[in-house]
Amino acid sequence: MTALVARAVRAGYGARVVLGGCDLALRDGEIVAIVGPNGAGKSTLLRVLAGLVALRAGSVSLDGRDVRTFDRRALARRVAVVPQVFETLFPFTVREIVMLGRTARLPLLGRRSPDDVAVVERALTVFGIADLAERRIDEISGGERQRAVLAMALAQGGDVLLLDEPTAHLDPAHQLTTLALLRDLALTRGLAIVAALHDLNLAATVATRVVVLERGMVVADAPPRDAFEPELVARVFGSGLRVELRDGRPLVFPRPLS
Amino acid sequence: MRTALVLGALGALLFASMLGAILVGAVAIAPADVWAALWGGADQTTGTIVRDLRLTRVFAAALVGGSLAVAGALLQGLLRNPLADPYVTGTSAGASLSAVAAIALGAAAVPAILPLAAFVGALAAAAVVWRLASLGGRTTVLTVLLAGIVLSSFAGGVVTLLLVASDRIALRLRAVLGWLLGGVSVTDRSELAMATAIIVVAGLAAFALARRLDAFALGDETAATLGVDVDRATTTVLAVAALLTGAAVALGGVIGFVGLIVPHALRPLLGAPHARLVPACFLLGATTLVVADAAARVVLSPAELPVGVITGLVGGPFFLALLLRGRRPVVV
Repeated sequence: MTALVARAVRAGYGARVVLGGCDLALRDGEIVAIVGPNGAGKSTLLRVLAGLVALRAGSVSLDGRDVRTFDRRALARRVAVVPQVFETLFPFTVREIVMLGRTARLPLLGRRSPDDVAVVERALTVFGIADLAERRIDEISGGERQRAVLAMALAQGGDVLLLDEPTAHLDPAHQLTTLALLRDLALTRGLAIVAALHDLNLAATVATRVVVLERGMVVADAPPRDAFEPELVARVFGSGLRVELRDGRPLVFPRPLS
Repeated sequence: MRTALVLGALGALLFASMLGAILVGAVAIAPADVWAALWGGADQTTGTIVRDLRLTRVFAAALVGGSLAVAGALLQGLLRNPLADPYVTGTSAGASLSAVAAIALGAAAVPAILPLAAFVGALAAAAVVWRLASLGGRTTVLTVLLAGIVLSSFAGGVVTLLLVASDRIALRLRAVLGWLLGGVSVTDRSELAMATAIIVVAGLAAFALARRLDAFALGDETAATLGVDVDRATTTVLAVAALLTGAAVALGGVIGFVGLIVPHALRPLLGAPHARLVPACFLLGATTLVVADAAARVVLSPAELPVGVITGLVGGPFFLALLLRGRRPVVV
């Protein structure tokens, strides 16, 4: 039973306070979407959950244990992160990138085990990039690269996935299939997934729960239908957006421009 | 399979280049006599030239080239910068500064001290470059180059000051100058032994760091989330690169561009993973410098060019080409 819990987290960079007291509890088998305007603190909240940002107050714990007491290797076996920006100068193949996900499970000098190879192949298959495995990472499309990085995170074999804009470079159809796949991983394999998303409709469609951030504070934490309450959406995202319920699901539209 | 083939071919190439380099020199010796001298035959003069001069020098050149290439691969991986190598980053200059300072202070009387003295300077320089390069949380190609320029000219200034001011150096000015320009020379067997020991240990350490360097290629933060202790790995990589550079500079002075070119030449053949790149870099770097050193001995024979001149002539244009191509990182 996974539980990644942030309590009253305050964090920031230099003089700037980005998160002003956030609470978030994550359980296995759920996919939580973090939404909010630019600068609301979505990426920082993910980095806090990953133990990458020093906290000014509050705590983050994994199964009741403070994440700061984990060494990076132990934490990497539990929590995988897909960053928003991912770059490499060097000509790794897709399979080599996904194999990097096994870093925390490989001995420093020994060879990879058949088990490692099998996990990597499965991750490639899950994200539909097995036929690209030998291609260089700089020779494939942005969307394929994004799926390669997701496969790398899955190959880490942890039970928590933290994803920062995991579908930013995908076309609408691929956004939906990729997020549906992630939802499936959460529901069938019991992974706990958090994804920062910009597209509110995608969030409403795939997330089991939505966390709305506004200027570093959690202003809603509920199933999509309750989180996307029209007044709240108008307040947080501005009055240019309109929320309607269709078949019990909230849909967010831009209002016609005058 | 492909890796084994490439490594085998590189090993054969190194062996052939060493053999060829032993055959050439200021004194013409027939291949049969060289062969005999290697196994203790031939007359005494030939034996001395082949075993004590040529063989030692070719061995040292191989060590220097191999170390510089591995150090280059480490620095490129750590700084995520295709233009990094011990020379460009000023690490070699730092090593030469502390080696010259050690000579000026009279430490040269202590056997095998130079590789260690050079290591201290290399480590300090590498640490400064890394600090400067990571200012603002991101390493950029340009800051690394600027830091290298600053360090190199600073170290060069202090070295010149020492050369002019030190009586101890005045006694062996020619030797020190030749060495500074990049010239493989072994004056002291204990120094060669010490450098060899350092290079073997540091080379194995570089190989052991391969997986962590691979993770670094995706950025510090992703390396951390993949399970790498970033601070510790950074320190270790810098120390290993400095050990290799220090040993190389103690044997061969400041030799440019080997550490830059060799990893670049190998990536298209072997791909990016450092577990393949590090051993291949050692073999090809060694071959490169053995050939360059042999060329330095015969081009103006009987006069000898500093080998740094040869690597500079070949490496300078290559560096420019890399800079102009301006390969951008892959960004998702």
